[in-house]
Amino acid sequence: MNIVVPIKQIPNLTDELEINAEGAGLDHDALQYVFNEWDEQALEEAVLVKEAAGGTVTVLGVESTGELNEALYTALAKGADRAAKITGDFPRGTDSHTLAKLIADAIRSLSPDLVLTGVQAADDRDGQIGPMIAAHLGMPYVGVVTGVSVKDGQAIVHKEYAGGVMAEFEVTLPAVIGVQAAHQPPRYAPVSKIRQMAKTAKIDEIAGGESPGAGSTIRRMFKPQSAGRAEMWEGSPEEVAEKIVAMIKEKGLLKQ
Amino acid sequence: MAVGLDKVKAEAVKEEKHLVVEGMDISGHWNRMFEQRVIWDYDIDQLEKVAALPGGESLNWCYGCAKCTAVCPVDIVGDYSPRKIHRKTQMGIDLFTSPDLWLCTTCMNCLRVCPKEVNMIQIMPAVREQAVLEGTTVPPELQKAFEDTAKHGNPLGQPQRKRADWVKKAGAPVQIMKDLKRPVDILWYVGSYPSYHPRGIDAACAAARIFNALGVDFGILGIEEKDDGDSQRLAGEKGLFEMLAEQNIAAFGKYEFNRMVVTGPHEFNAFKNEYPKYGGDFKVLHYTRFLVEHLDKLKPILRKPINLKVTFHDPCYLGRHNGEYDAPRELLRAIPGIELVEMGRCRENGYCCGGGGGGMWLDSFTKEHTTIRLSERRVREAAEYGADVLAVCCPFEVSRFEDAAKSTGHDQLKVRDILELLDEAMRG
Repeated sequence: MNIVVPIKQIPNLTDELEINAEGAGLDHDALQYVFNEWDEQALEEAVLVKEAAGGTVTVLGVESTGELNEALYTALAKGADRAAKITGDFPRGTDSHTLAKLIADAIRSLSPDLVLTGVQAADDRDGQIGPMIAAHLGMPYVGVVTGVSVKDGQAIVHKEYAGGVMAEFEVTLPAVIGVQAAHQPPRYAPVSKIRQMAKTAKIDEIAGGESPGAGSTIRRMFKPQSAGRAEMWEGSPEEVAEKIVAMIKEKGLLKQ
Repeated sequence: MAVGLDKVKAEAVKEEKHLVVEGMDISGHWNRMFEQRVIWDYDIDQLEKVAALPGGESLNWCYGCAKCTAVCPVDIVGDYSPRKIHRKTQMGIDLFTSPDLWLCTTCMNCLRVCPKEVNMIQIMPAVREQAVLEGTTVPPELQKAFEDTAKHGNPLGQPQRKRADWVKKAGAPVQIMKDLKRPVDILWYVGSYPSYHPRGIDAACAAARIFNALGVDFGILGIEEKDDGDSQRLAGEKGLFEMLAEQNIAAFGKYEFNRMVVTGPHEFNAFKNEYPKYGGDFKVLHYTRFLVEHLDKLKPILRKPINLKVTFHDPCYLGRHNGEYDAPRELLRAIPGIELVEMGRCRENGYCCGGGGGGMWLDSFTKEHTTIRLSERRVREAAEYGADVLAVCCPFEVSRFEDAAKSTGHDQLKVRDILELLDEAMRG
């Protein structure tokens, strides 16, 4: 089983984000990068599939932060077998359309059975990296997946729908899966192990191709503005509850 | 564990039908004699596994005198001591997967009394390091602290960029080295809890006001400062410690200063005893010793009497680990009105708050394996001595003891950092 996990680094949301001088993007000098948490879930699921069914896990990313090695070493410490990065002149905050094309081109040469990636990322404009990779590669895609098992050239995946509904799909391999959550919490990679990887592991480099462009442009980026529309209700719990019900009905949120 | 008959090897039992001892015939079926039981009846692989680790060797030296058991702060609230660890591993219990592995707070009271120098301060981190690398048995709350430290540079998971935000509340100027652009006499390493924890910030603000009142020429690193990592090292994450040590040493190296002053004993221990191994050799003082140097100038400005009975809790990493017992007491005695009472467990035999060696991030785990928290045991002791205030000088302790005072119903007992008491007396 040849499993590929495309990952990316995103701005650390624990820090307050700043808008750049042009007012159309983040100030990347004022932030730190962390492993996208859904990609961490995808990696965990990949390692679990490998542990259950055998195979190798290759972790892959586009070098746009200058710090991708850190994330790749972490992935190796968590159980990935190989790491590769796509190199080229890619700016920080490279758009998802470009990332998907670069990743798809690089993945083709790896001929994977299974591509597991995070279903979304906090810095996505459209949350479409997974589906776009699948489209470029001509593979099926299932997103919002919370568990993958592999048997006889097929993957059985659990997909979450709204309202607590779950579905089980049989997917013909090779396929791309957008992981919402691994079936157990991502393991911790001790810094000792990450540092050991940094000293011993090799990261393959793949030259990136042309950027297709984002498909959309950001005209303005700004912090949420407070509109002052909050209304404070006072009274007993029963009175407040009645007001809430009346408001829900008034706004047409309740089916009658 | 009592040795039951079922544990005795059949061939070691002699059952004599006729037996004459010292000329007396004592034949009879009750007359069973056992050969002395030898240790080799057990599989000692588990003991050897610990002793084979660099740092784990001394567990083998234990001869079971149990002096450690009498002083171990964990045994006082539970069933745990170095001697018991030795015995259990001798009998085949795997320390690597046992909850015992995470109970030691590395307080060092056992090593103080051990005639064989069995060194739990080395044994525990060595075994924990293996457990962390294997990643199977690390309690999740400790893992979270590791992750937060690795991601954010502090175990509280707070943003690195807000590390100096507390300065706005100080009510006295605090300069950041990066903006100062000149050498200073004192580089003050503030530490994670004084930078982020609300009660730690209270102590940091008090320190800023005291330093200013004394005319100390000082600066802080601000967002260039990271957690010292020493407690994470003792909890088994050596790599994380090494990474932080490299980053801190690089930050210290960027600036000129004569000496470093630290708020916390764990940082003091790190910079004094561990960082030199990584090329970071700086003159470092805990704030208590530094302020004692300024006592002549400090005393006249401590004008407001604090008419309270105060007892002092010796931090393990200031006292036993680094031999400083007097400076905190000298500061407390300098405050007019304070009546200093000593608890039974003080100075060299001081009790442990439970926060060292990673215990700070194992509260729920340790609670499950002890009858009460170590901090709760300590707060009861302070209350038994009729103290109004439990004075501390370690940033781990204020929140631990305040919680413990509440959970044990001793709300009347106030917990104060010595910095806060000095500041209060100074501002009166």
